[in-house]
Amino acid sequence: MFLSSLIDGIATGSLYALIALGPSLIYGLLRVLDIANAAGLTLGAYVGLKVWRATGSLLLGICAGIAASAIFGLGLQRLLYRPILNRGPLIPLIASIGTFIAMEEAFRLVFGPYPFAFPARIPLPTLRFGYTVVTGVHLVILIVGLLVLGLTWFALRRTRLGLYWRATSQDMDTAEAMGINTRGVVAAIFVIGYALAAVSGILLGINYNTVYPTMGDIPAYKMLAIIVLGGLGNPLGTIAAAMLIGLVETFVVMYAGYVLPRDAIAFIVLIVVLLARPQGLLPGLRRNK
Amino acid sequence: MSYLIVVGVTIAIYAVLAVALNMVVGYVGQPNLAQSAFLGLGAYFAAVLSTRYHLGFWWTIPIAFGVAGIAGFVLGAISLRLREDFLAITTIGLNFVMVAVFQYVPFFGGAVGIYSIPVPTIGAHHFGNLDYLILAALMLALVVGVSKYLERSWLGASLWAIRDDESAAASVGIPVASYKVAAFTLSAAFAGMVGSLYAPFLSAVTPTSFGFTESVVILSMLIFGGLGKVRGALLGALVLGALPEAFRFISNFRLLTYGVILLLMLRFQPQGLAGDASAVSRLVGRLASPLRKSRDHGPA
Repeated sequence: MFLSSLIDGIATGSLYALIALGPSLIYGLLRVLDIANAAGLTLGAYVGLKVWRATGSLLLGICAGIAASAIFGLGLQRLLYRPILNRGPLIPLIASIGTFIAMEEAFRLVFGPYPFAFPARIPLPTLRFGYTVVTGVHLVILIVGLLVLGLTWFALRRTRLGLYWRATSQDMDTAEAMGINTRGVVAAIFVIGYALAAVSGILLGINYNTVYPTMGDIPAYKMLAIIVLGGLGNPLGTIAAAMLIGLVETFVVMYAGYVLPRDAIAFIVLIVVLLARPQGLLPGLRRNK
Repeated sequence: MSYLIVVGVTIAIYAVLAVALNMVVGYVGQPNLAQSAFLGLGAYFAAVLSTRYHLGFWWTIPIAFGVAGIAGFVLGAISLRLREDFLAITTIGLNFVMVAVFQYVPFFGGAVGIYSIPVPTIGAHHFGNLDYLILAALMLALVVGVSKYLERSWLGASLWAIRDDESAAASVGIPVASYKVAAFTLSAAFAGMVGSLYAPFLSAVTPTSFGFTESVVILSMLIFGGLGKVRGALLGALVLGALPEAFRFISNFRLLTYGVILLLMLRFQPQGLAGDASAVSRLVGRLASPLRKSRDHGPA
């Protein structure tokens, strides 16, 4: 019982990490809370589902989903975020929420209000250890989650893009003066952030076997709690917070039952932690004024 | 006609919420995406007290005002510890926690909400839609009056000083902490007050009608109209409140149209419809300039 809850919690945490990582990287650069990222998640899931249905290849579906979501993210950054960045934090936030709501409406109009099933077969076996069962989907989520975690750490610490990301998130003007193509860095991070969103959308769709217009709602608001908990603009903290929330949710439901809706737990944890540590669990980045 | 009055009551309620929200977001510059939680608190207390404890409507108004004010006081105290984006997200979270409280605490009637809230009366006269409109307009006049008074008073000037530079404000002796808390308290109290009208007007309250989306709608109105300005909040509530009705003929595309109009506005006119140097303000200024000139120089 305990072990299977633990695995369940880690799988949930990995999924949350995947969802929250993009917005966390984007926040680090632009100080924008990118709620519209969750629209990329839904878009990726729909495109992935449609292409998988049409071609029968899940890999092709995932690639198409990533491409669609990345193009959407890049367009959003160019056409909406860039011109309003100097308007204080509130206007980009409202613009992002507005985009998210408009996109949900667009999904409803284009794909219809009814949920689609996503019965893709994952080519991995279901593992059993006594009473503990790990399904193929959970295995994929665990593998992808650990892979992304390792890759993020590696990319931020050891690659040129990671160096540029860190420099740009410290101080965009100075980074620009040092010859870093900050526009290119921002574009690359949006592509990565929305690609991650598409992957998590497809995994979410397969895991719950359903894709529907408002499937981004819960991820959208939960990822906010997670990136704040991890210290705003600190991707490694985000991953740690995602794991924490995934585990807390699973164990609260397991041992205390449904005393609270699962989706309020993240925010209660957030508010309690913030009152004790207003800077988040791990200190985030500070921008020099 | 009756339909127009109903739309009018809705717009007036939104206007109260937006003008009250302006006290926190516009004057003090603190993000607050939880206005509908305070509306809900007021509405729920009014609903519970009038259905279960048979309290008269007129008593529920001050109670809703007080309860929401206390909640606003708590949020204000929390806001002192948090900066900008942390506060913004905490207020977003507050919506979800509040909806959960409405759903799970037995006092608030659970997930189905509270139904058949009694119609308010004056003497033997039962409220009709026109009475709701009059009362909503009175509440709007009150909150606009308080806002205008604040703008002219020393307190209002202090709030603006806190918005523009907190440490500079503190250095000239403005009690930053207590003024911030005061703004949150007042703003929430007015939201709760209008909640006591909202509950019998709808005759039912459900947890999900006070969620995050409603808070976003209220803040959108304020930003759409022009942050920091009472006229902005009023104009925003009028335009965005009437839009869904105006687009009723394309009902399937209503929310999408709403979202797109909001985005275009934010993209091309981020200071809002009635903000300084906005297209509307410039137009009004240009139209009014001949009048002003003749007044300045006297008749030629």
